[in-house]
Amino acid sequence: MTTANSGAIPREVLLEIYRRATLIRVADEKFQKMISSGQLQILYYSPRGQEILSAALMTAINKNDYLVTTYRGIHDQLAKGIPVRLLWAEFAGKATGTCKGKGGPMHITHPESGVMVTTGIVGAGLPIANGLALASQLEGDGKVTVVCFGDGSTNIGAFHEAMNLAQIWMLPVVFVCQNNLYGEHTPQAMSTGAKELIDRALGYGIKGVQVNGNDAFAMHAAAIEAVARARAGGGPTFIEAKTFRFLGHLLGDDSHYIPTQEMAAAKAADPLPAYRRDLVSRGVDEPVLSAIDAEIGTQVEDAAQYALDSPYPDSREIRFDVLKSEIAL
Amino acid sequence: MSAVAKSTQKKINFTQAVNMAMDEAMAADERVILLGEDIADAQGGGVFTATKGLSAKYGTARVRSTPIAEQAILGAAIGAALVGYRPVAEIMLMNFMTVAMDQIVNHAAKLRFMSGGQTSVPITIRTATGAGAGFGGQHSDMLEAWFAHVPGLKVVMASNPADAKGLLLSCIEDDDPCIFIEHTLAYGVSGTVPPPNYRVPLGAASIAREGTDVSVIGYGPAIAPALALADSLQREGISLEVVDLRTIAPFDQATVLRSVAKTRRAVVVHEAVRAFGVGAEISSCIHEALFSQLRAPVGRVGSAYCPVPFSPPLEKAYLFNRTGLEAAIRKTLTE
Repeated sequence: MTTANSGAIPREVLLEIYRRATLIRVADEKFQKMISSGQLQILYYSPRGQEILSAALMTAINKNDYLVTTYRGIHDQLAKGIPVRLLWAEFAGKATGTCKGKGGPMHITHPESGVMVTTGIVGAGLPIANGLALASQLEGDGKVTVVCFGDGSTNIGAFHEAMNLAQIWMLPVVFVCQNNLYGEHTPQAMSTGAKELIDRALGYGIKGVQVNGNDAFAMHAAAIEAVARARAGGGPTFIEAKTFRFLGHLLGDDSHYIPTQEMAAAKAADPLPAYRRDLVSRGVDEPVLSAIDAEIGTQVEDAAQYALDSPYPDSREIRFDVLKSEIAL
Repeated sequence: MSAVAKSTQKKINFTQAVNMAMDEAMAADERVILLGEDIADAQGGGVFTATKGLSAKYGTARVRSTPIAEQAILGAAIGAALVGYRPVAEIMLMNFMTVAMDQIVNHAAKLRFMSGGQTSVPITIRTATGAGAGFGGQHSDMLEAWFAHVPGLKVVMASNPADAKGLLLSCIEDDDPCIFIEHTLAYGVSGTVPPPNYRVPLGAASIAREGTDVSVIGYGPAIAPALALADSLQREGISLEVVDLRTIAPFDQATVLRSVAKTRRAVVVHEAVRAFGVGAEISSCIHEALFSQLRAPVGRVGSAYCPVPFSPPLEKAYLFNRTGLEAAIRKTLTE
């Protein structure tokens, strides 16, 4: 492989982006199968179409950097490095899950991987991300907090309060708006007065960056720059990463509200296959990528089986973790 | 203690007690930080001056004045708490908590549970409220029942300065999210100073007055009128036992039931609107446990079912009062 035309991104990082994006893709396909066959009964917000964005973003931060994400978050969680078995078991409500089955798909936490909060409330993660970043600023530990949210979040109050506070306190936080152009079933133009979401940053004096989130090179570079600024005490960055979701808001949603041509164009530009072709054209040997595909396939099958085989939590578990002390029922 | 010694004992008011608790907590633990509107000295040390002098002593990195943005304040407190800090957030007035209910109810209260115990949110939210000062409908509500109804939150209210200091220190040191309610009219109330390192355990009621005929169970601003009635009714030979809950949630069921098992009559009293209030829960709990032993149904006293009015006679008509409490007590004696 030549590195001359792959920007400043080292080969091992390029392959890692491919590996993580493939994991998201294969896991998503398996989840769809398990849900449609009745093996899993969950609300599922597919990340299909946003794989590259997460993989390119999370490879720009360290394992001990903090992540706050949202209910459409499995791509972020996998890319951040939550062990696949634990994540799968949590989605299945099993005792072996990251949260002992008490959180579920919308509330994934795994501090060992830096995943501190997954919220089911639109926009609510941003103010909490500030708090994590405040702790890092006070500690001087050099950690950065990345918070991911959708375009819909930019219209809710918490977004604005958090953007403002982050800037006046110069917090080491990176706000990543994964703009898939639809909030639930409503297009951006119908819900947002500003033509470009990046313009929101200007109102808070925050450094704003607009990037094609489906372009691994551009996304990774934007993330590297924002993270470096945060670590150096330069304060927050608002990244508007443009992307698209292929499977609607919630699995089962037929995306009838998305014009056929728009969907067709997005699918034709499917970012992961495009990235794969790009890697090959840059000299990565096909067998290297196929080996990753095979390894991921095995890993996902193993995780799914692990989740199915794991026990449900004991009903007495509801007494624990409500408060620090056990609750008497 | 002699009368002379008592009279020379130093007194502090409620504001000073709250300030002392935060001062001691900050001195003892660098991870205690304060956030809130105008709380640093340059902004006045808080609208009720509860944080006065603390930014001068501990710096504005730890005593942080914030924008008027309650979700941002509480989100920052929650996030810092997730990684080991012990933030004390001042929400100037309890009604302002309503604009940040998501952070309190969906996040502070639930993150320990939803993470399967991997994270916790040891924050304290201090907030002032209460009717009687002419603040009108949006600066006076007692909303403790809202929070008591959410699993995962502890709700605390002191009736005197010593308890305020001891309870606030316990809240700050507690590993669960605590809501510490301060009554705006109580800030000037003085009382004895507890010694350094004084703690009042959470979840423990106190018997503010021992008695034998009727248990009066309340907290915060209900305790002073209950104690005054205990004095006046004593002259008629009616003996009140006054139970100060101090922690509203989880409340000290054992102490309440022990008291009522003895007196066999009870009245629950609070400033909050009576309908759907904390009193309903406590009354029901007493009935469930002691129905056959009760000499009368448990009485409930609270404020009227209307927004807190502005005009003084209307505000007075809204507020629970000593006369109503006395009537409820007498009713239990005539049944």
